[in-house]
Amino acid sequence: MNRQAAADNPIRRNRGGSDVLRLFVTYLALALVDAFALYLIYVFAADGVIELAVAVGVVTVGVNIINLRQGLYALRWIAPALSLMVLMVVYPIVYTVYVSFTNFGDGNLLTKQQVIRILSQETYLPEGGQVYAWAIYANAAGDYALWLTDRNAGDRYYFATLGEFEAVESVAAGADLPAEYRGYQLLGRREALQAAREAEELGFGTADQPIGIAGRREAGEFAQRLVYQPETDAILDMETGSLYRAVYEYGRDETTGEPYQTGQFVNDQGDTLRTGFRAGIGTQNFISFIDNDEIRGPLIRIFLWTIGFSLASVFTTFALGLFFALIMQNQRIPLRKAFRTLLIIPWAIPGLISVAVWRGMLNENLGVVSNIIRAFGLEPPPFFIDPGWAKLGILLVNLWLGYPYFMLVCSGALAAIPTDMYEAAEVDGAGWWRKFRDLTLPLLLVAVGPLLIASFTFNFNNFTIIEAYDEGGPPMKEAGNLPAGHTDILISYAFRLAFGSGRGSDFGLASAITIVIFAMVACVTLLQYRLTKGWEETSENV
Amino acid sequence: MSSPAHKRKRSRYTVAQNAQLALQIIILIAAVVFALFPIIWVASAALNPAQSMVTQSIIPPLPEVRVVYAKEPGTLLQIAAPNGTRVERSAELVLLVEVAGKEKELRAIKNGYVENIRIAVGEAYAEGAALYDISSSYFINFDTLLNTPRKPFLRWMFNSCVIASLSAVAIVLVTAFSAYSFSRFRFYGRRSLLVLILLVQVFPNLLALVAIYLMLQQIGNHIPFLGLNTAGGLMLVYIGGGMGINIWLMKGFFDSVPRDIDESALVDGASHWQVYWYLIFPLVRPVLVVVGILSFVGTYNEFVLARVMLRDKDTWTLMVGLWQYISANFAQDWGVFGAGAIIGALPSLAIYLMLQEQIVGGLTQGAVKG
Repeated sequence: MNRQAAADNPIRRNRGGSDVLRLFVTYLALALVDAFALYLIYVFAADGVIELAVAVGVVTVGVNIINLRQGLYALRWIAPALSLMVLMVVYPIVYTVYVSFTNFGDGNLLTKQQVIRILSQETYLPEGGQVYAWAIYANAAGDYALWLTDRNAGDRYYFATLGEFEAVESVAAGADLPAEYRGYQLLGRREALQAAREAEELGFGTADQPIGIAGRREAGEFAQRLVYQPETDAILDMETGSLYRAVYEYGRDETTGEPYQTGQFVNDQGDTLRTGFRAGIGTQNFISFIDNDEIRGPLIRIFLWTIGFSLASVFTTFALGLFFALIMQNQRIPLRKAFRTLLIIPWAIPGLISVAVWRGMLNENLGVVSNIIRAFGLEPPPFFIDPGWAKLGILLVNLWLGYPYFMLVCSGALAAIPTDMYEAAEVDGAGWWRKFRDLTLPLLLVAVGPLLIASFTFNFNNFTIIEAYDEGGPPMKEAGNLPAGHTDILISYAFRLAFGSGRGSDFGLASAITIVIFAMVACVTLLQYRLTKGWEETSENV
Repeated sequence: MSSPAHKRKRSRYTVAQNAQLALQIIILIAAVVFALFPIIWVASAALNPAQSMVTQSIIPPLPEVRVVYAKEPGTLLQIAAPNGTRVERSAELVLLVEVAGKEKELRAIKNGYVENIRIAVGEAYAEGAALYDISSSYFINFDTLLNTPRKPFLRWMFNSCVIASLSAVAIVLVTAFSAYSFSRFRFYGRRSLLVLILLVQVFPNLLALVAIYLMLQQIGNHIPFLGLNTAGGLMLVYIGGGMGINIWLMKGFFDSVPRDIDESALVDGASHWQVYWYLIFPLVRPVLVVVGILSFVGTYNEFVLARVMLRDKDTWTLMVGLWQYISANFAQDWGVFGAGAIIGALPSLAIYLMLQEQIVGGLTQGAVKG
């Protein structure tokens, strides 16, 4: 803690009596916040979402420390922003990092416990198990019961409710089914269909005499088929005696070279149970960038296009914006304000709408741009079919969207360049190009440089334009069944992997790509920060 | 290029300067055409009663409508109207089709638009009463947009405005506090924290969607108004995501306010709270406006998060709703989309055009001061 911080410490100052009141209000507010946070932590933990409970806990502890320690007075002002960021930004990042090391995705959506619970509901008829014909009954409360007929033993009758099983003595073997038995009514044909569907999920009878419905005609002493054994971490199939071991690690079959499926229960024959579980697979998602042909090739091309797209977008928008800004500097232009207002309109239109409109205008067959080109006797370019033209189309649309921003920014920056510098340059005999190159541009770049880099990172993740233009299309053939397109940038590709239709979701792989994007953008941002230290320091009134 | 040099010779201009001016004006006019072309196109689509892009021309033709009524039982009722003409009152249209009982009529009017030039209607129309109007209004798309209960456009617009304004206010308040601290206090880890905020902020929020989705789902189980499918939950995401860059933007501006002002106030015994509220806050109002506007517009325009978080039509925001008009491959309705786009773009358009000076000032001030 340096001396200045000590001077900022409010306790050192003489403030008078309101301090007590202020302290009281602070503690009261803090207590309320803590109570609320404790409630949240409790309910989240009770729901089994430990990670979220931890996140809330970390924020709460942080807020308390900041507010109770005088030395951290400055941080109190930042505490609300920090809390929000930890919960809504940092926590999702940590979660994404975690997911990138798992196989989370379609087929592996549930935790192992959940999968075991689901699998354990499967039943089978053990050898020598009794089979009955059945009819369904229901009582006033809506509980179902089964009337069971043992065909083998001369149509002996049994009655099974949820939790009870009894041999029926009061009705003679072979007699008609009673319309009512022990408060349960025999259901009519139509109701019975609906009831049977619900009752299929239920277990009737007692623990010794479990009865389940196995089909339209059969019910019987069905037993749990798949039993999880914690000591071997495997599931035993009671019917076949086959043991399915839980596989977590990624690996390859030594003979075929085929990759194992991770997060599955696998037996010695290599068969898997139908539901997989979420498992940590180490760095496998990252390795697959290099390892997997369907991922590697497209990913490299997508990466290069992402860089190219971002650089080209920044350059074109900045160049055009600066060009217009320079023109607008001429005070003699009539209706300058009107021109400027009209020129920034593209910036003011919501991006999604603009891109959608451009998509309609560039349409090869019907779009107005194509029609105009056709009117000149030329063949309109295939803006959505040919990869090259699609990329050009996107850059054109992005130019339209982006130049007003740089026009405004450059106008402001140009106005801030002192006129006497130009006068001095003119005295020295500099022409307009020299003045532009050696005076305007360097001074401009000091001011606008950070915004250029910010624009680069913005475009690096400019999902809206890619998605709204053509959803990343045209599709890349070499991507196999992965959803990669020629105009996809990294973020849109990752988004499609995670939420895309058709192939199913692979959150793990998408998260791994996200981490890569994050790493790169973070590096650029850090570089920007290092390069433009002046950005922060020179403007400071220290 | 132009330079402030001309100020010295304002009284007389050379031929070269006049030629330059003429060239500049020509370039600007071309630029305006480039800038406005898509907007004119969308306005034209909005006013065009035909729904598809096929009949696009910049000035849409107003359909010529002629209605011939049947006079006696057994005669044919004929309605002549150009393709793409909008037929109103679809309820009566259904009645008409039922009475006529012919497949042909059904096909002739599809989705309420005339598809064949002539619609022959059967003998049931003895009365000759006009059972439906064929509209010849330029505003039929707006009418459809505002009066389709299945697609409550005004509701979406309202949702968007509420979400965007509340988020913007919250972002401004919270980030202004932080910016004050970063600008005025010198504390251990200040620089690192700033860089950290900057770095964390560039994480693509879009791809943390799984985590955010699961989190909101969980929160919603206990605090219903902050869960999935609620404006509150979405606002929470927007506010959390709006911290980093705006803290930086604001801090840059706060730095440009001379420290002497608050130093002297502090020496006179003012508290930091007083300095902040009475001295700094009024001075930084321009940047507060800028951050507020940028946050409002950014939130108003956001689409992906909203589409994932909001499932019920009634909770949708404008962008999610508008996208529905053109996302379906076989039912794109550019006319209604255009009408919605024009109305939907009005708030941000108005804000930008009215406050362009402040926005430019706020965006560049911090940086340019150096």
